[in-house]
Amino acid sequence: MSTIAHTQKRGFAGTVWEYLTTVDHKKIAILYLLAGGFFFIVGGIEAMMIRIQLAVPNNDFVSAGLFNEIITMHGTTMIFLAAMPLLFAFMNAVMPLQIGARDVAFPFINALGFWLFFFGGLFLNLSWFLGGAPDAGWTSYASLSLASEGHGIDFYALGLQISGFGTLMGGINFLVTIINMRAPGMTYMRMPLFTWTTFVASALILFAFPPLTVGLFMLIFDRMFGSGFFDVAMGGNTIIWEHFFWIFGHPEVYILVLPAFGIFSEIFPTFARKRLFGYSSMVFATVLIGFLGFMVWAHHMFTTGLGPIANAIFAVATMAIAVPTGIKIFNWILTIWGGSIKFTVPMLYAVAFIPSFVMGGVTGVMQAAAPADYQFHDSYFIVAHFHYVIVGGIVLGLLGGAHFYWPLMFGTMLSEKLGKVTFVLFLIGFHLTFFIQHFLGLMGMPRRVWTFLPGQGLDSGNLISSIGAAFMAVGVIIFLVNVVITQVKNVQVGRDPWEDGRTLEWSLPSPTPYYNFKQLPLVRGLDPYWIEKMEGKTEMTPAEPVGDIHMPNNSFVPFVISLGLFIAAFGAMYHADEGKDWAIPVLIIGMIVTFGAMLYRSIKDDHGYHIHKEELLDESGKGGAV
Amino acid sequence: MAAEQKFTPQTWPESPEQATLEGKNKFLGFWFFLGGETVLFASLFATYLALKDSVPSDTHAKAADLFELPLVFLMTMLLLTSSLTSVFAMYHMKNYNFKKMQQWLFITVALGLGFLGCEIYEFNHYYHEFEHKFTSSAFGSAFYTLVGFHGGHVVFGLSWIIALMIRNAKRGLTLYNAPKFYLASLYWHFIDVVWVFIFTVVYLMGMVG
Repeated sequence: MSTIAHTQKRGFAGTVWEYLTTVDHKKIAILYLLAGGFFFIVGGIEAMMIRIQLAVPNNDFVSAGLFNEIITMHGTTMIFLAAMPLLFAFMNAVMPLQIGARDVAFPFINALGFWLFFFGGLFLNLSWFLGGAPDAGWTSYASLSLASEGHGIDFYALGLQISGFGTLMGGINFLVTIINMRAPGMTYMRMPLFTWTTFVASALILFAFPPLTVGLFMLIFDRMFGSGFFDVAMGGNTIIWEHFFWIFGHPEVYILVLPAFGIFSEIFPTFARKRLFGYSSMVFATVLIGFLGFMVWAHHMFTTGLGPIANAIFAVATMAIAVPTGIKIFNWILTIWGGSIKFTVPMLYAVAFIPSFVMGGVTGVMQAAAPADYQFHDSYFIVAHFHYVIVGGIVLGLLGGAHFYWPLMFGTMLSEKLGKVTFVLFLIGFHLTFFIQHFLGLMGMPRRVWTFLPGQGLDSGNLISSIGAAFMAVGVIIFLVNVVITQVKNVQVGRDPWEDGRTLEWSLPSPTPYYNFKQLPLVRGLDPYWIEKMEGKTEMTPAEPVGDIHMPNNSFVPFVISLGLFIAAFGAMYHADEGKDWAIPVLIIGMIVTFGAMLYRSIKDDHGYHIHKEELLDESGKGGAV
Repeated sequence: MAAEQKFTPQTWPESPEQATLEGKNKFLGFWFFLGGETVLFASLFATYLALKDSVPSDTHAKAADLFELPLVFLMTMLLLTSSLTSVFAMYHMKNYNFKKMQQWLFITVALGLGFLGCEIYEFNHYYHEFEHKFTSSAFGSAFYTLVGFHGGHVVFGLSWIIALMIRNAKRGLTLYNAPKFYLASLYWHFIDVVWVFIFTVVYLMGMVG
């Protein structure tokens, strides 16, 4: 019950233990960044292997079976284990500071969410070493996934189930944080756009993940416990999986892209040095996109045979999403218009994002026309489209966000020069890789194809695409070099490193004190820090006197709860195999570990501790070193 | 510290479950969680309706063959009553009457266990009398998954309430455990509401074909 733990210097083991038990949103953000970054590299290597295999016709760099595993793991890893955790990293690092909160609403559950995601992702990727990865595509359509031999699909279903629980917890935590923990004066319509998009994305998580949970349970039961949900011979129906997957899967697209929109909505006003154009219409558009995102899932299933009426309704609903998205695009452009622009690396990503994402949006509207979609379906046109929205929207957002928020997370500034090199290579590589894939698709190249024959007009297009992928890879490597150089040099920057920070997170000293705000700030309008700066102040006006601050205790329990499910998953997976009698005991032991840890958490009081007023006053000169 | 403070019925706040920031957060977070649970059960209901009576051959039992109203009516009454008794428990919680709260929670748990016993008997009956199994047909899979998920929630809810009763038996009510009792009862109501839908959609609609 003291702050001694925070002031001592730690050894390596102490630091590891600190991160294993941390409940501090800023450290959890770093965990998400590291784990998500690791999986991003893994997914990137898988992408490179796909492009090497497809660089020339009749290639046999990987076998057809391995190719299926690679494409499945590339999609699954990038969506669930790279993009989402990386966005969660920024949400954790930035959102509580943006609303002037000392912490998130549920620090313990925040840590639990991370460890569930981590163990789920670990379980999924262990499939590479334990008999083969899943090979039914990231959508894992049931008839195909039931027929898949080995344990690959079991790894997929169980791994995603575990990490999905973690995401759900994270979503609820963010929702409650934003509703209950805002600083005095931080009304809803003064919240920064990144907070708003986190809010809407979290609401989407809350309602989109349970259908996936149910779908995955049914897949688990069908494959491992003998049920017949998708088995037509038992009276089952394989279309049920498609519906649940896409009822989850389409909102998932918005769960990913809305926070990326949020990051860009922070970058544009900062470097155009102008307040965000049309703030209230931006909020409205965000909420509308979230709402419409739930009514368009069947546009992934136009060729399934739901009939012309269903297809027509879903086609129109899909096209309607272009309207709020268009509102956002114009607002961003008008934010730049007439601004005093600084082309920093984050701003370059933001500016490049607009045309890139619009191209993905336009092909999206093309596919929304159901009759035309019969032509595009399952072709490389689709591959080009969703890479344009995901790389052109989300990955550019993540890279831009990484440069933008690096000083906030680590107190250091990434090199602008190397950042610009990464940007140029990555942007050129991205368009080189995916633009030509539209035409490959229209010329008839099917999605997920292992190889192709020469002389069918696909040779040069595929080669160009593979060369582009190499550019992206080099760009990412230079980014990693940039990270290493920056962290080794470790030149600490002070408060408001971009000089034009507008929102509360930039008003804090650097590095951010572990209690965030010594005194909660008084928010007097949109862009509160900008308002104070315009009045010649360097800090926020406090809304309260210095007083005791209540802090949560670290806990190892989240790790144990997640570990239990990780162990149980092995039992569930192997119990159907011949001669593996140990599997059911392992399943039971894992569940006991999980529920036992939950019981322990429930019955053991954890009141946290207080930082006393005197300590806070003592620290005032030292910038709150952790 | 506010969370450990001792109270009298006079000083006990009106909404003890929301008197602290932790309590407020838990209250709101749990409602969101129940929102997610609602979607979970909605998905299970949709699956059940899609696969109802979907069996590989006519030798398999269908919904109209299986269900008998008296037993299900008894289960419904047990669970509905237990929801009422948990309301009484929360009434006493708000009035800082720990002993009466524990008594009503005890009755709630007893009724819940009665429900669970009936459900086990019911599943056993279907399994042996009708060969209606989790692995025999898509209908069986969907039925046991939907009703079984609800049963699993009952088990979890009972364990939760029992754990809270034992843990706090000696120390009485504080602002630290009041939100916990309140949320457990909220969870119990949710289970009850889901059962009302199961009773209607699975059993009543199953009886009329």
